[in-house]
Amino acid sequence: MSKIVVVTSGKGGVGKTTTSASFAAGLALKGFKTVVIDFDVGLRNLDLIMGCERRVVYDFINVIHQEANLNQALIKDKQCEGLYVLAASQTRDKDALSQEGVERVLNDLAGMGFDYIVCDSPAGIETGALMAMHYADEALVVTNPEVSSVRDSDRILGMLSSKTRRAIEGREAIKEHLLITRYNPNRVQEGQMLSLQDIQDILRIPLIGVIPESETVLQASNQGLPAVHMQGTEVSEAYKDVIERFLGQERTLRFVDAQKPSLLKRLFGR
Amino acid sequence: MSWLSLFLGEKKQTASIAKDRLQIILAHERSGRHASEPDYLPQLQRELIAVISKYVHVNPGDIRVNLERQDNLEVLEVKIELPEKQR
Repeated sequence: MSKIVVVTSGKGGVGKTTTSASFAAGLALKGFKTVVIDFDVGLRNLDLIMGCERRVVYDFINVIHQEANLNQALIKDKQCEGLYVLAASQTRDKDALSQEGVERVLNDLAGMGFDYIVCDSPAGIETGALMAMHYADEALVVTNPEVSSVRDSDRILGMLSSKTRRAIEGREAIKEHLLITRYNPNRVQEGQMLSLQDIQDILRIPLIGVIPESETVLQASNQGLPAVHMQGTEVSEAYKDVIERFLGQERTLRFVDAQKPSLLKRLFGR
Repeated sequence: MSWLSLFLGEKKQTASIAKDRLQIILAHERSGRHASEPDYLPQLQRELIAVISKYVHVNPGDIRVNLERQDNLEVLEVKIELPEKQR
């Protein structure tokens, strides 16, 4: 049985694609056959973050419209074994996604023996986002410690519990995980940023991890490398912890405590 | 923070303001989202009208049934306007 995981947030720019790439790569590193699908039709970017943009020939929409088969459209990742990317179309718009088409592709992927199907949702609450979450078994809700992101995440949580297949069919609810990204413990300590406790108090879903704000993410995307591959960095370690927790392991939170500034920094500022 | 900020004053702590604002707006938005009327309300309203009409002459529009949610508390409000007494 393959498990479908949607990476969603409502708000744009919070780290959905970064997370989708690292989460999928992390699962593949653990030996699971994984595919990551870009649902952002018309504004594809997952291919760039995964570093496979020059190898896209056929895309998700081609497969939905049966202009290509899955074997032609799946792009094999060069970093890790057992990881595949299904790119979004760059030329069509979101109406090219049909619910029946999405369901058929997901079923076909399950038939190919994928353990995990990661759906990278577009921002917003329109067709693309609804399609990405519709068939999900679990959801990573990516949230920044910032008012508009928290509000949009709350809205998305409402949709996960009312508009998805599990909700409509009255089955067991989608398992929701809160992933806080761009977290800056120093600013939290100074009282200038919502703390992870604040965000949990408001959204009330279990926390699966905290990714610190870091220049690593930009360095990774510049190179087309999922951030989880940036060996030895806090971001990479934090994503690896997320994968372990997702797979049921206990991991204490790291990189969430403020660092004391050195004497020089205290005297002269940042 | 630099030595300059000691003279200019500390930056304002705004995270708690953010949390308070979020809690208020989300309580409001969630109530709009989940608290769609339970499906027994129209039926309840019709039956109430039937029962009350047996004893008092009222117009259907004079009976209002409302469900309000405040945090974990649900309040069912039934408002019946009796006609003015004909003296």
